[in-house]
Formats: sequence, structure tokens, C-alpha cells
Amino acid sequence: MSFFSFGQSAEIDVVLNDAETRKKAEHKTEDGKKDKYFLFYDGETVSGKVNVTLKNPGKRLEHQGIKIEFVGQIELYYDKGNHHEFVSLVKDLARPGEMTQSQTFDFEFTHVEKPYESYTGQNAEKRMIRRLNDITKELDIVVHTLSTYPELNSSIKMEVGIEDCLHIEFEYNKSKYHLKDVIVGKIYFLLVRIKIKHMEIDIIKRETTGTGPSVYHENDTIAKYEIMDGAPVRGESIPIRLFLAGYDLTPTMRDINKKFSVRYYLNLVLIDEEERRYFKQQEITLWRKGDVVRKSMSHQAAIASQRFEGSAASESALEKAAKEESG
Amino acid sequence: MADTIADTRRLYTKPQNLNDAYGPPSNFLEIDVSNPQTIGVGRGKYTTYEVRLKTNLPIFKLKESSVRRRYSDFEWLRAELERESKVVVPPLPGKALIRQLPFRGGDGIFEDSFIEERRQGLEQFLNKVAGHPLAQNERCLHMFLQDESVDKNYTPSKVRQA
Repeated sequence: MSFFSFGQSAEIDVVLNDAETRKKAEHKTEDGKKDKYFLFYDGETVSGKVNVTLKNPGKRLEHQGIKIEFVGQIELYYDKGNHHEFVSLVKDLARPGEMTQSQTFDFEFTHVEKPYESYTGQNAEKRMIRRLNDITKELDIVVHTLSTYPELNSSIKMEVGIEDCLHIEFEYNKSKYHLKDVIVGKIYFLLVRIKIKHMEIDIIKRETTGTGPSVYHENDTIAKYEIMDGAPVRGESIPIRLFLAGYDLTPTMRDINKKFSVRYYLNLVLIDEEERRYFKQQEITLWRKGDVVRKSMSHQAAIASQRFEGSAASESALEKAAKEESG
Repeated sequence: MADTIADTRRLYTKPQNLNDAYGPPSNFLEIDVSNPQTIGVGRGKYTTYEVRLKTNLPIFKLKESSVRRRYSDFEWLRAELERESKVVVPPLPGKALIRQLPFRGGDGIFEDSFIEERRQGLEQFLNKVAGHPLAQNERCLHMFLQDESVDKNYTPSKVRQA
């Protein structure tokens, strides 16, 4: 994206200092395409160089100043004009003046806060970009928010049914699952007076945008997994083992910047011989676990984990990282 | 920080009672529509069907029953269920008005092939409806299936466990 007259005179290039070593993550864009972007965590420093290359080396380039902005924004698709910025940091690279030759500027956003994970959904999108002014060049990055194992993670166990027709007890081993976790559970039949043909468990993602009177929900069935084929009787127990790594999931996001939420539900569905469906929906919390680091968690990522659940665990992780770095 | 492999062992389950496992299931319900018989003469001619029910569901007063019903009784049942319950009631086989036009030739609605087609449709209709938990709470369904005759002046009501 470049403005009029200056577009022809110079080219801008933004290069990260750790472009060689930094991991990239795949991320879906608004039009559904998947692309790879540099992956950052909360608290990590974003540093690099801006190369401004004059197209006509002899000619002078007048400018109103060069600056670099680190922006975190939320865009709701139904409200496209309005970008809600939740992070905005600006660094001046050059005062208004003239450039006679191509130049390179260093920049560093130290330990910058990145409170929310990047998300592209049906109705909302969250990204972090860096851009310069006058001639504008944007570099999108992807942010993942990490959590540590929750201290409290109770199982979900409930008895539900239709009086005198169908009573079941369902159990899921946890209420909070990380993105590569396994849902282990069971369905126990207490009363079966209907003719059940099969049973499946679905993962449903619900994206909620807007507040107050204009709340909009968008449901998406991410997965359908058949767990039983045939007619059960009283006393029978059907096991559930559902590996989450195979599905396109994100962490649960509650009320991001008061603009939108992304929540996940397990939907247990029983279908009878006349195709009637009986179902029970239950919310689960999904969280992102940090990748395994061979040596130790970097100090920066340790700072990041401090913001999330299980702070006791991350306190000790911080200590450990500090010891390992100095030792 | 070692990455632990998730524990995917099954959750503990109570062993099943063998009577439950091998005994008759609690959802036994069989409905047949059969034995069409055409009675009467001239304008008053009509066909009745035998509606037989076998079940072990406690909601039904009789575990076995057999009644005779005609097409208009099925129409009555469908209308009652639509009005009294929240059930989306499936359609009945057609009324075949064209077959009833005079001078059409053939036996019209008393043709064997037509009666057989209608019989199948009525059987499908009843099986779909009788197995519906909400329809099972309606007095009209029980009257249709198990009472000697259908009293169209009945008072609609809900049925609990028999």
C-alpha cells in the first residue's frame, strides 16, 4: 500500500533481526488463504532494520518524517471502517527532511506487550502489523498466547435425559484442554426406551461479535466424530477418545477487548431410527501450550507465561530460565 | 520441561448387569398395519386396516393390542397431534381424490395395488409417530392405537406413565 507521488521514488523493506531463526506459523487470512508469518509471543522484543532504497539515486526525496508503528488491531467484518487498536507504539526513525541516498534504520520494540492471539474468523480478525508512514509498508506478524497447565481442571460429569425415555450420564475427563490434547470420556446409558441408531460427538466453535442488544453468534461445526454405531441398552458404557491435534482449533477467547469471543462446545448427538436427534452441548475451554523447548524456556517466553494461568508454575519457570541463562 | 504424553486410558466403568446385557431391551415397540378389508356397499364402501401393536414400554397401557382403523381415522390422529403437541408430524400417504372421481374406470381406491401402497404408507406413518417421545404423551395417540374405537369428541390430554 503506498501513497501517490512518493510511490515511485523509493522502496521500503522491513527485515527482522532474527528472521533466520524465528519460527513461522501458518495463519488463515480473511479470504481463506493460508500463509506463513513470523511467530511472536507476548513480551518478546520485535527488532529489525528498515531499508529505504531510492529508486533514482541522484534525485532527492523530500519527506515529512519516517516512523515505524507497531499496531495490534481488531477488525469486525460488519464494521469494516473501524479498526480498534489495542496496541499502538510509534518510533521515529527520521525527522522531516531530505534523503539523498538509500538508508537503513534500526528499530527495536522492547519486550512489547501482545495481549491477544491472532485470530481470523467469520466476523472478526486480530493482527499485529508494523508500518511506516508517508510511504507505507506493512509487515504482518502472528501472535500466539501461551498458557500453562491450569491448576484447577475438574472433569465434567452430568446426568441428562428425557423423562421416562432416555437417561444418560456423560463424562469428559477435563474441562480445559490444550490444542494437542485428547478428550477422554464415556457415555453411560441408564435408561433406553427409544431406538437409537448411532451416536456422535461434534466440536462446535461459536464466534460472538458485538455487545449489548446487537450480539451476533456464528456457529461452525469443526468436527463430527462417530463414537457408537448400533443400539445400546441399559448399563452399557461407550468410551470416547478424541484427539484434538487433528482439527483446526484456536484457544478459547473470552470477550477480547470487549469486542468478540471465540468459544468451543462439545455436542453429544444421539440419532434414533427415525432420524430424530437428541443432543447435549457442553462448553470446554481450549488453551495453547508452549512448544517443547529442548534446552530451556527462553527468558522472554517466561515473562510471557507470567500473564496467564498457573502463575505458580511460571514463577518457577522464570527462576529456572534465569538460572540457566546465568549458569 | 519434559512434554508428557497424554493419558488416553479409558475411564472407569461399572460392569454391566448380565440381565441388562442379554435380556429383552427396554425399547421394544412394533407396529403393523395389515389385513385390509373393504366393507359396505355403494357410496358407503370403505376399507379398514388392522393396527397391531406389541411393546414393553410402560407408557402403553396394553402390551399387546389390535384395532381396526380407516384412513379418516389416521387423518384425525394427524390433525390432533399437530394441534396438541409440538411434534413435526410426518405426512400421510395421499388422499387419492382423483381415484374417487366417477366414471374413472377400474376399482379406484379399492384397487389392490392402491390399498397395498396406502397400507405401507400408513405403517410408516405410525412407526414414525409412535416412537416419538412427545407424541407418546398425547391421549389421542393412545386412543388411536389401543382403544376399541376412536371417540372424536374426546377431551385432549397428556398421558403420564401408565
